[in-house]
Amino acid sequence: MKKWLLGALALTLTLGGLAFAQGVTIRVAGDSTAVGEGGRWMKAKAEEWAQKTGNKIEYIDSPADTNDRLALYQQYWAARSPDVDVYMIDVIWPGIVAPHAADLKQFFTEAELGQFFPRIVENNTIRGKLTSIPFFTDAGLLYYRTDLLQKYGYQRPPQTWTELDQMATRIQAGERQAGNRDFWGFVWQGKAYEGLTCDALEWIYSMGGGRIIEPDGRITINNPQAIAALNMVRSWVGRISPPGVTSYAEEEARNAFQSGNAAFMRNWPYAYSLGQSEGSAVRGKIGVTVLPRGAGSGGRNAATLGGWQLMVSAYSRNQRVAADLVKYLTSVEVQKDNAISLSRLPTRPALYNDPQVLAKNAFFKDLLPVFQNAVGRPSGVAGARYNQVSEAFWTGVHEAITGRKPAAQAVRDMEAAFRRILR
Amino acid sequence: MLTIRQTRLAWLLVLPTLLVVAFVAGYPLAQVFYYSFHRADISFVEPTEFVGLKNYIFLLQDPDFRGALWNTLRFTVVSVFLETVLGLAIALVIHSNFRGRGIVRAAILIPWAIPTVVSAKMWQWMLNDIYGVINVILVNTGLVANKIAFLANPNTVLWAMVAVDVWKTTPFMALLLLAGLQLIPSDIYEAADIDGASKWQQFWTLTLPLLTPALVVALIFRTLDALRVFDVIFVMVGVNTATRSLAIYNRQTLIDFQDLGYGSAISVAILVIIFIFVVLYMRVAGKGVRGED
Repeated sequence: MKKWLLGALALTLTLGGLAFAQGVTIRVAGDSTAVGEGGRWMKAKAEEWAQKTGNKIEYIDSPADTNDRLALYQQYWAARSPDVDVYMIDVIWPGIVAPHAADLKQFFTEAELGQFFPRIVENNTIRGKLTSIPFFTDAGLLYYRTDLLQKYGYQRPPQTWTELDQMATRIQAGERQAGNRDFWGFVWQGKAYEGLTCDALEWIYSMGGGRIIEPDGRITINNPQAIAALNMVRSWVGRISPPGVTSYAEEEARNAFQSGNAAFMRNWPYAYSLGQSEGSAVRGKIGVTVLPRGAGSGGRNAATLGGWQLMVSAYSRNQRVAADLVKYLTSVEVQKDNAISLSRLPTRPALYNDPQVLAKNAFFKDLLPVFQNAVGRPSGVAGARYNQVSEAFWTGVHEAITGRKPAAQAVRDMEAAFRRILR
Repeated sequence: MLTIRQTRLAWLLVLPTLLVVAFVAGYPLAQVFYYSFHRADISFVEPTEFVGLKNYIFLLQDPDFRGALWNTLRFTVVSVFLETVLGLAIALVIHSNFRGRGIVRAAILIPWAIPTVVSAKMWQWMLNDIYGVINVILVNTGLVANKIAFLANPNTVLWAMVAVDVWKTTPFMALLLLAGLQLIPSDIYEAADIDGASKWQQFWTLTLPLLTPALVVALIFRTLDALRVFDVIFVMVGVNTATRSLAIYNRQTLIDFQDLGYGSAISVAILVIIFIFVVLYMRVAGKGVRGED
């Protein structure tokens, strides 16, 4: 009698389990719907997958700032919550998320992984565990107004920061005289947050001032080139950049540029398709190129590596199904659509030769070397302490460019802070 | 005198309350004290290592903590002072009799009724250096020549926070003080009129002393709130050394840096600071009440 009951129970559970496996609900913590179109697009793509596979998805919106997203997700991880199956994570997080991520090597073959940028796959692999699959990559770019360059007789975008300064000064003076009192030469991300770390790494690296902390662990921030870079930026604020630029994130900079109130902008690729969209005041007048380099022998072009990865939670109850969603979202087809509709950079090098992608984003092909050699933030060497390092860095930079501290003192203080954090 | 039975009944009646308080306030508080003596990571809630007073020693040497404390104290003193002065003025006005008093009383509560996140975002836009309405007004009226980046300039940003907080919480102050004013019997003013005291004398010798209990309660409320300020600053400028308050630094340590141990030590420090303020106010209030007797 008892055996019979147990058997029936087991059967019911198995059947129930099977029925469940056919239509599980995968919860995705994805892109924010408050930054550009990324969130809405990602939600639509995940729903597409759900329709094809007979599963369901629930899309969890996220804050616009990356730091706030991490803060939110850490609460889920601390609670080992199975409520979210797939997370979209920043390129700098793998060191932090590693204990909470399922090893995706179980679900992806070597051949499949070989089709992605090897540097990003490497970045996402922590102590042998593949924490996440590259979803789209990012690199800092210089946006410029083709119509204004022509109007003021420039044949090509600026090659060095000095050239950018001169061009911005002239265009700004001319446009203001022509009646636009709110016109500025150059906008960028100067608010004290992770975005400033990206911008400042570009200034310093492009002037030959190293990469804050080198991959081998040496702290190199305290050097004359880094000081020169910070002084240069300090001189922009209030002169060719609005005084408020030190409170701007990506969207504030894009608002100024896209409304036609700036000649140059530093931003990520996502701003391209938005600037070219209907209703944009600068539609058809935007050029994109690599950021200027510093003058002198140490100068080089630099772009900070950004981008987002998809991770399956180690606490998910449906890891296999979740991994299938990740596979779909990082597929050739979906990445191609991401590149065409949102001008975001694929993580598969093959797509940089795709005619349809290039028809929409001609700059992809020329800038491929820039994207491939994008300079990484010191997240690998700082590991779980990266956020502290980055905070100390952006705080010091912010103090230098708002004039609260001389640049030389700011880099000395940063050096001391890094020593304390990484001790 | 209470009999033993009555005492026991009294304890029995407050027991549920005590249990709830112990559960929702006592337990988390004990937990924070416990963590503050350990090294712990927010992603792995089990503490790893007992470190004794190490977190507290680090706190005393931490320039970031000192900076946050200094910001918080400046914010608290200036904003609470302005809110009290303006709140008292408004309370006196709406306490007097005039046509449309009901509408005015309701209208001044609007800033207080708007959620802080909403009003912070609204002020962020109004204070924007390029399209913000405040800059447009300042420039068009010729008060300033160039637009001011209130939220980017380290010299103005903390005072912009103070201004927004004053705008938002002055109505609350006014409301508490209005309640205090209404408790003062009107016949003593009639007597003062007959004695020939001027309105000014009446204010200093009657209104203010009789209002002291309400004033102290309002001050305690506001000071404790201001010492824990988080939302206005976090929404308007995020984490920035020029405005970083203790609560923001606390969150940053706990969440952004995942340092549960040190973060808990900061929480305890905030608790101690708030406790000091409460004791100070209670002493002043005690004196005020005794003075009445």
